[in-house]
Amino acid sequence: MSIWDKIFNFDDYGELLALLHNSILAGAILGLVGGLIGVFVMMRDLTFAVHGISELSFAGASFALLVGMNVVVGSIMGSLLAAVVIGVLGVKARERSSIIGVLMPFGLGLGVLFLSLYPGRSANKFGLLTGQIVAVDDPQLYWLGGISLLVLAALAVVWRPLMFASVDPDIAAARGVPVRALSPVFMLMLGLTVAMAIQVVGALLVLSLLVTPAAAAMRVTASAVWVPVLSVVFAMVSTVGGILLALGGSIPISPYITTISFAIWVVCRLLGSARTRRGWSRRSVGAAPAAPVGAGRV
Amino acid sequence: MTEPATAPAPAAVRPAPAGPAAPANDPPALQLRDAGLGFGRRTLWTHLDLSIARGEFVAVLGSNGSGKTSLLRTILGEVALTSGSGAISGRPLGRGSTDVGYVPQKIAIDAATMIKARDVVRMGLDGHRWGLPVAVGARRRRIRSRIDELLESVGAGEFGDAPVSMLSGGELQRIRVAEALASDPVLLLCDEPLAALDLRHQQDIAALIDAQRRLRGTAVLFVTHDINPVLPYVDQVLYLAGGSFRLGRPDEVLTSAGLSELYGAPVDVLRAQGRIIVVSSTEAVGHQSHDDHAATELGGEWR
Repeated sequence: MSIWDKIFNFDDYGELLALLHNSILAGAILGLVGGLIGVFVMMRDLTFAVHGISELSFAGASFALLVGMNVVVGSIMGSLLAAVVIGVLGVKARERSSIIGVLMPFGLGLGVLFLSLYPGRSANKFGLLTGQIVAVDDPQLYWLGGISLLVLAALAVVWRPLMFASVDPDIAAARGVPVRALSPVFMLMLGLTVAMAIQVVGALLVLSLLVTPAAAAMRVTASAVWVPVLSVVFAMVSTVGGILLALGGSIPISPYITTISFAIWVVCRLLGSARTRRGWSRRSVGAAPAAPVGAGRV
Repeated sequence: MTEPATAPAPAAVRPAPAGPAAPANDPPALQLRDAGLGFGRRTLWTHLDLSIARGEFVAVLGSNGSGKTSLLRTILGEVALTSGSGAISGRPLGRGSTDVGYVPQKIAIDAATMIKARDVVRMGLDGHRWGLPVAVGARRRRIRSRIDELLESVGAGEFGDAPVSMLSGGELQRIRVAEALASDPVLLLCDEPLAALDLRHQQDIAALIDAQRRLRGTAVLFVTHDINPVLPYVDQVLYLAGGSFRLGRPDEVLTSAGLSELYGAPVDVLRAQGRIIVVSSTEAVGHQSHDDHAATELGGEWR
């Protein structure tokens, strides 16, 4: 069996597909929620926080695995704890970074401890760190669906003030936006999303779902409509595409997802810099004919 | 110098401000009554009576730490007055509202934030409302034309669709003014909006704010360390220093005698080429020139 057969193997693809439609559905749901939350992660500069939350979520999940609890509940508890700690202690960006830097190894260490004590299958252990393709059973899917609905509903309510508070906290506060209250609200939404993402991509690679798609979208557009739409599309293509490619191989799911999302980011980055060179800044988007370099400058 | 005896009755003696005549019974855009603010044992100012009518332009001057920005923060409701009371358009000061437009000192938007200038202006219009920023049909067209109108009014029509990260300081400041004016506030608070701009853009933005307050009858409270760019437009000057203040027309407040009394040290107010320069021989006023370069050029009296 060659190395390529290990990575890509499409024998009995139809049967596998039928078996794993839960995973594909879960991937699509995660793409939707992760793509939207990612926009605000970028706007609020919380990339590092995502990583910190995911490590504590991993600790919670492995604790749940050890004591025989629901793993989703365990990871939710871990990530909410992290979100609260980061939200309460790390109001300023600098403080936040150091608190996350302290929390992250602690969470990872706890997780490793619980997993070492866990007597069960090692695939379950490894899955929490690097993602897993199997084991999205019906109850788990209901959990994911329910939490996603909660996060999406909350996003729909707070979208405008949250965007205002993220872009411009001072002016938003002057306009009566409850800037301080929105911060923990967003951290809770983020915590829930991270806890779900861990079930599919694993703790180490949550960023590829919560940061990379939004970052890619923001390279090619600044539109208030297209940034979230593209971010969701990129995240969904990464998760669903990654799962479809991973089906037959014997490799964890995350390399497929991270590679797709990285490739999308690279393409967007190239497109974005080409567009910037053409003088994107001074003309309305779309209405820009090929003008000589510098013609758009005032 | 504890009593601001020099403060004239504000607004009442002033000619009606330019702009649409407000009905006589309208409350002033901003009213502070016997207001005081201090932190711990330090008093920034006390017994401040300030009334700004609709369409009036008030400049706030003073050295660093004299409480200029704190004054704005009390009006924004972020800091409570230590004594006295205040009201915006008749309503007591409280946590933010659409009656107030705010142009902050820090105008920059994080470069990683990809957002179009037009969407920043839209935040001033409806960014404080709950829900998704989705509008369809007539409402969508109405929002769009309102934003276009705001962009045109600040001369930003050309770069309305550009991401803010690609705008220059002067362009961004225009967007900020449009954003602040979007909700048609009764009071526009400006915190050193010219600080980051070169001379030409300072004059442009000052003229722009003046034009808008005439057009809309918006009262302007304009914190600045340099009076000169706004001197042609200013109705009243509030000069904060040393725990006290002076309030009145620019030619009443910005006098050698007046500022010397306020600082308790000899201060010269020079007028040259239509500009005002404050020069002092003491450290107390040292960091507090209205035009640092000009004062330095004027020679040894500086410090």
